[in-house]
Amino acid sequence: MTETKPEIKFSLEALQQVHETLLQYPPEKSKSALLPILHLAQAEFGGWLSAETMDYVASILNIQPIEVYEVASFYSMYNLKPVGKYLIEVCQTSSCWMCGSEDIVRYLEKKLQVEVGQPTQDGMFQIKTVECLGSCGTAPMFQIGDKYYENLTFEKIDTILDELRAENKYSRYV
Amino acid sequence: MGKKLLLQYDHIPGINTFEVYRQNNGYKSVEKALKTMKPEEIVEQVKVSGLRGRGGAGFPTGMKWSFLAKPEGVPRYLVCNADESEPGTFKDRYLMERIPHLLIEGMITSSFALGANTSYIYVRGEYFYIIKILQKAIKEAYAAGFLGKNILGSGFDHDMFVQPGGGAYICGEETALIESLEGKRGNPRIKPPFPAIAGLWGCPTVVNNVETIAAVVPIVNDGGEAYAAIGIGKSTGTKLISASGHINKPGVYEIELGVPVEEFIYSDEYCGGIRNGKKLKAVVAGGSSVPILPTELILKTANGEPRLMSYESLGDGGFATGTMMGSGGFIAMDEDTSVVKNLFTFARFYHHESCGQCSPCREGTGWMEKILKKFIDGKATLKDIDLLWDIQSKIEGKTICPLGEAAAWPVAAAIRHFRPEFEEYVNNPQSIHDVKHYYRLNGLVEA
Repeated sequence: MTETKPEIKFSLEALQQVHETLLQYPPEKSKSALLPILHLAQAEFGGWLSAETMDYVASILNIQPIEVYEVASFYSMYNLKPVGKYLIEVCQTSSCWMCGSEDIVRYLEKKLQVEVGQPTQDGMFQIKTVECLGSCGTAPMFQIGDKYYENLTFEKIDTILDELRAENKYSRYV
Repeated sequence: MGKKLLLQYDHIPGINTFEVYRQNNGYKSVEKALKTMKPEEIVEQVKVSGLRGRGGAGFPTGMKWSFLAKPEGVPRYLVCNADESEPGTFKDRYLMERIPHLLIEGMITSSFALGANTSYIYVRGEYFYIIKILQKAIKEAYAAGFLGKNILGSGFDHDMFVQPGGGAYICGEETALIESLEGKRGNPRIKPPFPAIAGLWGCPTVVNNVETIAAVVPIVNDGGEAYAAIGIGKSTGTKLISASGHINKPGVYEIELGVPVEEFIYSDEYCGGIRNGKKLKAVVAGGSSVPILPTELILKTANGEPRLMSYESLGDGGFATGTMMGSGGFIAMDEDTSVVKNLFTFARFYHHESCGQCSPCREGTGWMEKILKKFIDGKATLKDIDLLWDIQSKIEGKTICPLGEAAAWPVAAAIRHFRPEFEEYVNNPQSIHDVKHYYRLNGLVEA
């Protein structure tokens, strides 16, 4: 018996968003919608962009799949591999480093029993080190989904992780 | 207290809503511009004001506007650069989060001056929640008749949209931003043609930073001369400074240009001094790209004059003894900070963010990161210092866009002013582990 993959298709709500996004550009310039629609696709289809998802986006915008691949692989926010449900993006640049980002990473690794770049066994969390997120005055910080967690302490991290475990739902991007 | 033009209503509860913003002189510049001024009069006022691009380059805004081509029957665009990604910079985020309508008001007034019927605010993708704030504010502006068809009965139509980026520092470069807005990789274009001639979809386009566009509001309300009367010399008006690092009061401060650096660092009105009673070691005054300066050179110029927070004073002495205003990303480091390690975080950043188009930048940023890693790992030799110097000198001026320079300058400045620290890591590799880090929050200790 072959396993059937779930069909890649936007929900009605997402399709409405696609429609609204396309209205932002002149009719013949719909490729401009690519970045916003990739964010939407990533949120809709499990937090990452598979080749099937990207092909689907290409078909919606009536462009070649390669035009989607080259964009998705250029920008750091698009995940081309599956990631943990909560991707913890720890800023590590300058001010954040000065204010202890390395300790934040070490603490997360120890607490979650996982190294940077690997999902936890239950697939719930994954740590990613990222470059400046524009939160230098409230360093150290990390981002999860659309939320900035700032002025971090180890106690704060404990609370955040507990709350996310209890909530256990994917933080929608778009 | 210095004069505030952008954040004067920041303390008022609800200023993020249309209603409260409007009650506090909000959208007056749109009324004044659309009802009483000609577009070219606004451009003239912006020229008179001396306003310079607040994103980092400091190019005169009025002049940039006057370059805009106006061929018959071709749409023109205003694009707001809200791709704030220069390490140390978070002022645009602050402004958009707290007073979103100030940006929208500035966008409408500026678009009227430029004859643009459509504008885009390109926001870095990571600022999801800011995008939501802006979208809500734009909706409110439409509902109140400040956006859409025939605004205030003037016959001027304008639509405004928010576009998210995808996570790429390079899209802060205006031609890369335009490429990205067209749904492509953020590879900077070869100039000329400049966006003012052929920008978004080949049409004449002005790209301005968030703070620049917001500053158009007080310029139109009070006149260019009133704006030019604030500040010092060619550094007119006010500037938002993002202050971070080892200071007592990190945050965003609106300063009148010309405040002494020493006052900015030590007075309670601004940074409140260095935390934990430490001494200041160095400052990166304008975002990661600008040259780092040791305490003695950031507080005083080489001639012994007090250094001021202005384009000219920060630049005094050139790169030998001076730095740049840049984006106003002001990073202060205390006496226990490793300048080499901080430089490594910059080098890693630029390597990550190079678009890969030009080989000196694509390869050079990677080499600089690798060599700096050797210093951190205690494996560097004295020759590596010269090698680093050599590499940075071969990137500068040899790339399509300024990311190459942005990556090279901090390396050059760190070697210029802190060579003994590099040598110390070579001669005594153990010393890198002696660097202590003092955290802002007492709760933060080794796990």
